[in-house]
Amino acid sequence: MDAILEMKGITKRFPGVVALKDVNLAVRPGEIHAICGENGAGKSTLMKVLSGVYPHGTYEGEIRFEGHEQRFDSIRDSEKRGIAIIHQELALVPLMSIAENIFLGNELTKAGVIDPEATHRRTVELLKKVGLNESPEELITNLGVGKQQLVEIAKALAKECKLLILDEPTASLNENDSQALLDLLLEFKTQGMTMIMISHKLNEIARVADSVTVLRDGSTVKTMDCGEVPINEDEIIRHMVGREMADRYPHREPHIGETVFEVKDWTVFHEQHEDRKFIKGVNLHVRKGEILGIAGLMGSGRTELAMSIFGRSYGRHISGKVLLRGQEIDVSTVEKAVGHGIAYVTEDRKGYGLVLENEIKHNISLANLPGVAKWGIINEGQEYSVAKEYQKKINIRCPDVFQYVGNLSGGNQQKVVLSKWLFAGPDILILDEPTRGIDVGAKYEIYCLIAELAKEGKCIILISSEMPELLGMADRLYVMNEGAFVAEMNVADASQEKIMRAIVNAGKTTHE
Amino acid sequence: MNSTIEAVAPTTQTQKVSVAGFLKKNLREYGMLLSLVVIMAFFQYMTDGTLMQPLNLTNLLLQNSYIVIMALAMLLVIVAGHIDLSVGSVAGFVGGLAAVLMVEYQWHYLPATLVCLLAGAVIGGVQGYFIAFHRIPSFIVTLGGMLVFRGLALWLLHGQSIGPFPREFQLLSSGFIPDPFNAEGLRVASLLLGALVALAFFYMNLRERANKIQYGAVAEPLGFMIGRNVAFSAAIVYLCYLLASYKGMPNVMVIMFALMMFYDFITTRTTIGRRIYALGGNEKAARLSGIKTDRLSFYTFVNMGVLAALAGLIFAARLNTATPKAGVGFELDVIAACFIGGASATGGVGRVMGAVIGAFVMGVMNNGMSILGIGIDWQQVIKGVVLVAAVFVDVYNKNK
Repeated sequence: MDAILEMKGITKRFPGVVALKDVNLAVRPGEIHAICGENGAGKSTLMKVLSGVYPHGTYEGEIRFEGHEQRFDSIRDSEKRGIAIIHQELALVPLMSIAENIFLGNELTKAGVIDPEATHRRTVELLKKVGLNESPEELITNLGVGKQQLVEIAKALAKECKLLILDEPTASLNENDSQALLDLLLEFKTQGMTMIMISHKLNEIARVADSVTVLRDGSTVKTMDCGEVPINEDEIIRHMVGREMADRYPHREPHIGETVFEVKDWTVFHEQHEDRKFIKGVNLHVRKGEILGIAGLMGSGRTELAMSIFGRSYGRHISGKVLLRGQEIDVSTVEKAVGHGIAYVTEDRKGYGLVLENEIKHNISLANLPGVAKWGIINEGQEYSVAKEYQKKINIRCPDVFQYVGNLSGGNQQKVVLSKWLFAGPDILILDEPTRGIDVGAKYEIYCLIAELAKEGKCIILISSEMPELLGMADRLYVMNEGAFVAEMNVADASQEKIMRAIVNAGKTTHE
Repeated sequence: MNSTIEAVAPTTQTQKVSVAGFLKKNLREYGMLLSLVVIMAFFQYMTDGTLMQPLNLTNLLLQNSYIVIMALAMLLVIVAGHIDLSVGSVAGFVGGLAAVLMVEYQWHYLPATLVCLLAGAVIGGVQGYFIAFHRIPSFIVTLGGMLVFRGLALWLLHGQSIGPFPREFQLLSSGFIPDPFNAEGLRVASLLLGALVALAFFYMNLRERANKIQYGAVAEPLGFMIGRNVAFSAAIVYLCYLLASYKGMPNVMVIMFALMMFYDFITTRTTIGRRIYALGGNEKAARLSGIKTDRLSFYTFVNMGVLAALAGLIFAARLNTATPKAGVGFELDVIAACFIGGASATGGVGRVMGAVIGAFVMGVMNNGMSILGIGIDWQQVIKGVVLVAAVFVDVYNKNK
């Protein structure tokens, strides 16, 4: 079968960096073609070349779509030819309706005036196609992320697309929404649409992809056809990182001591809706040297639980006790919580973790400025040495610690956030999705660091949506659902199925 | 991907950096200073040397001192991610308060000055309270403050001008530092003070460089540093010489200079300064790092109020009368100075020295254009264009 899309010898240079080197990609009509690679491998750049974000002339090589050479000058050009891209970060206007968003920049008009009837009718059709049961007048801000993703897809469909590009479509979705989305993609396939899907999640690729292209360091490493041989996850990983990954998680021998940190009967009300109980009487304890995992779907309240414990950074009317080595402690402000040796590494490093337009060393010292200062005056020499030390210790890849954090890749940014909190010298570390959106190699380094910290006798609370990660790293697990802990299990007895069952069963009882 | 820089594994870099490379890296900071020099040279040439005449230079400093002083505090406000539109009105109101106290009630100038500064702190505190603790946008609160204090200034002065001030108070603006040497035609003390400052700078730069080398950071090339300091010292000494050949160094210049140094130190070397930058750069991250962001915002406004009050006093002392119109439009010059000096409108970025240079860019242009007899109409057009052009160049360079 002839390819619907061929990209030949694509090379794209940025000042000082070659982002893509002679990349080739061939996509057959009606298939789902997955592209994977580590962060920084060039996946997004390749898609930007394809969709005209980088116009013709700024790259070398040739793009052929439906048998003709294409020279896109802008996204509009590529859209006209039927190529639509859905970016990783959702690009919807929160205070506009579904219908307005779907036809934004592409409004249905009659004599230059927006035609509300046609817009409504088309929106209803499109929403039906993507299986979203909402009124076209509903505002985006009232929808969950999963539904917003569906609106994005409807928006792409509105442009009569023949080739749909999805950049990490399930990155911010929970398990159920992800499954539903993948089903939808499979349905589109039966209707003859061609799709390119960028993803980190190999199990999803295995489920839907017909072929896989692996990029590494800006070059095509391998294209695999999944029709003949089923996809082998380990093989993909091997191509992505360029080395055998015997273990995805470091081996560790836990030395678990006495109980250090306890939370008792922790209840929190929702930040906006004052009368809604969000965290419902949670009890937890962590022991010395233990990695405690908290599993649960997105929206189950894990982040809110952690943030409410960490200096009441979330929620209202918080009640309950926090005990450190048997003594009740006051954690009502972040400062006090840090003073008691608690650190919270956020799931949203750009939003809550880093000051992007500051140097690496300034970010590392931020949570413990008195540690590098005397009488409120910063000793820059000391600050520099501290930053250098962490750079070496946990391998932050950067020319120097004077660099702005905004210029680092995701994995290195995450390491800067971790350094910041390690420098604050905590005994209890709450890690919220510490490996989200970072590549396999950096993930492994972070797992090793977590294992190392546990070995030093620190208490680790690991919140994660990736169940293999919890099963691979934690000693004990709590399963959270709708603001309450619904199960506790030792990892030795746990499995993905058991966790899911606990969540599903809890959902049943509360809804009966 | 995403044009992030995936650097190679950290290598121990050689500490030698070429002069050209260093210049390029610090172009932004030196570029500002350079453009001020270019603008001064331009007007010096166009006005046939009038700009740098001792009398005019002294006036230029006096005229701009209150803008510079307010720009110091405004920079902190802007870096923290806020704005203060009320400073002109506050300065006017405090000038009026000073006149009422000293002229109508015959207060001694010292307690009157203290009460005025305190009033500034309270005003800043009230505005800061609504902004920091109730999260009302600073633009709105201070827009209200701008009207309120302009109105209160009118009410306080009954719509009239009040003056003159006691002689001692006038000295705040019109006085010069004493000169024990009594040399013919030259205020030696002023010149010496200038030379001393230049030397102190030289010494501090040397020490800082030695420090950097000690802890292994990249320091600027020695030759370049010496050259830079020699040029800088020469400029300071020359300016002081010019001032010394007239009446010497104005008192207000000493105040201004001391404040400049103080705020530069606060912003670059202290934990408070660092926290303000973090607050403006990413408030949520700062709060989750244990920084009391609300309180910090509040104090930047208290500080702004105090310096706006000081500026109001200096302005009133200079005119030797308080008028209800005093300070109209100051806020625009002050804010423009910060942005010309490289501060970011979204917060988190900006330098004290940049704001000072920005204020002088505006000041020299005002002064030069007035000497050239350019009408107020075109002066405003040109200033507006320069503001946008300066920020455009800044943003353009950053995106490149």
